Amino acid sequence: MSEGANAFDLIFSGEAKLYSIVALSLYVSVCAVALAAFVGFPLGAFLALSRFPGRSVLVVTMNAFMGLPPVVVGLVVFLLLSRSGPLGHWGILFTPRAMIIAQALLVLPIIVALSRQTIEDLWEEYRDELNAMRVGPVRCVVTLLWDGRFSLMTTLLAGFGRASAEVGTVILVGGNIDGFTRTMTTAIALETSKGDLPLAMGLGVVLITIVLAINAMAWGVRRVGELRAG
Amino acid sequence: MHAGMSDLPIHIDQASVRAGDVTILDGVSLAIAPGKPTILVGPNGSGKSTLIRLCMGLIEASSGRITWGGRNNQGERCAMVFQRPVMLRRTAAANIDFVLASGSRSARDERIAQLLKQVGLERLRDRPARRLSGGEQQRLALARALALNPDVLFLDEPTASLDPAATKAVEDIIRSTSDAGIKIVMATHDLGQARRLAGDIAFLVRGKLTEYSTSEAFFTSPATPQAAAFLRGDLVL
Repeated sequence: MSEGANAFDLIFSGEAKLYSIVALSLYVSVCAVALAAFVGFPLGAFLALSRFPGRSVLVVTMNAFMGLPPVVVGLVVFLLLSRSGPLGHWGILFTPRAMIIAQALLVLPIIVALSRQTIEDLWEEYRDELNAMRVGPVRCVVTLLWDGRFSLMTTLLAGFGRASAEVGTVILVGGNIDGFTRTMTTAIALETSKGDLPLAMGLGVVLITIVLAINAMAWGVRRVGELRAG
Repeated sequence: MHAGMSDLPIHIDQASVRAGDVTILDGVSLAIAPGKPTILVGPNGSGKSTLIRLCMGLIEASSGRITWGGRNNQGERCAMVFQRPVMLRRTAAANIDFVLASGSRSARDERIAQLLKQVGLERLRDRPARRLSGGEQQRLALARALALNPDVLFLDEPTASLDPAATKAVEDIIRSTSDAGIKIVMATHDLGQARRLAGDIAFLVRGKLTEYSTSEAFFTSPATPQAAAFLRGDLVL
């Protein structure tokens, strides 16, 4: 219990170290989800609306990759970005950029798989109507993404949940460098191993609070949106 | 009235639609020309909706030929309202705006206002379309279809799930649309509605066009035993 009380003291003490870790965690997770969404939503829509040889393999692969082991993704990104790797000349290993790329790769299959399912279901409902209105393929995709926005918001939240709770990948490609690449999850793992339980607990409480706040905000936006748009 | 070539007349020549071993339309030939509404009647599963989808270009004929205004390719002068129209997840006005391809904001707003007034929904302009009643949604679907400035408007049982008041409102719009020179082609299994609206009647049974005549001839002296039985209220299978 004393660790718990100390954790709350730490949260409200305004300690810069804690807030820098929280800020970096949010920055990395939000950027990773944004990057994954930028690629994943069009890819999900493409998979939903097109038919080509090998599509089923791609769909099954994306579904399976939702459970991709983070350390494997971390290892692959590490090998790509390491000095001797094909992308070593970028020089971004052990930086927040590497962490964003790794987390985006981890979140991408979730965004693709869930958005494909959402858009495919919506397309079943909309196909005849949009075809009767002579809507072109690009506008069809935009329309389906827009009309599926409330369901797709849940997809984004699932992606954010995956990114924000992730440890293995960011430790491998970020290095858990104090004040530079240390996130909430990596700090919790480190401080626990060091025995600094108040900081670990404080970070845990902040992490859960942020996830709750973001989900509550998304729920509110969805409710207001549904009331206004039907 | 419109720029571009007309999609009328629509000539359907020996068109058949098959799905696997099942023949849904069987060698139908029909000419849809400008004029009073053409009403497709027949029992469930007779191929009315399939014929409309074929004319709209939503499905292809397994055999036979269809031309629009003498062309093999359909133009942009056909619009359709489904039995259960899909409302886009936005306001009533935005649903109409969706199909208004071009024009300034003020011109589009003016057109939206005109169409909403035409279907009696001007007060529901900013209401989410999915929150409208079934009858209101059907009227909005009519306005959305009319926003395409069609030469021909296909209606697939547009009042099938509506109460009498909503049915009357939809029929009034259909009548005024027809009076404005837009060709109506409508599927219905409601003989009373066919009698109220039809200029001519196409009677289908089991995918075949069994009878095609003026409304008056169909209702007073049907040429086939199936049509006579259907008019008597007998079960036509």
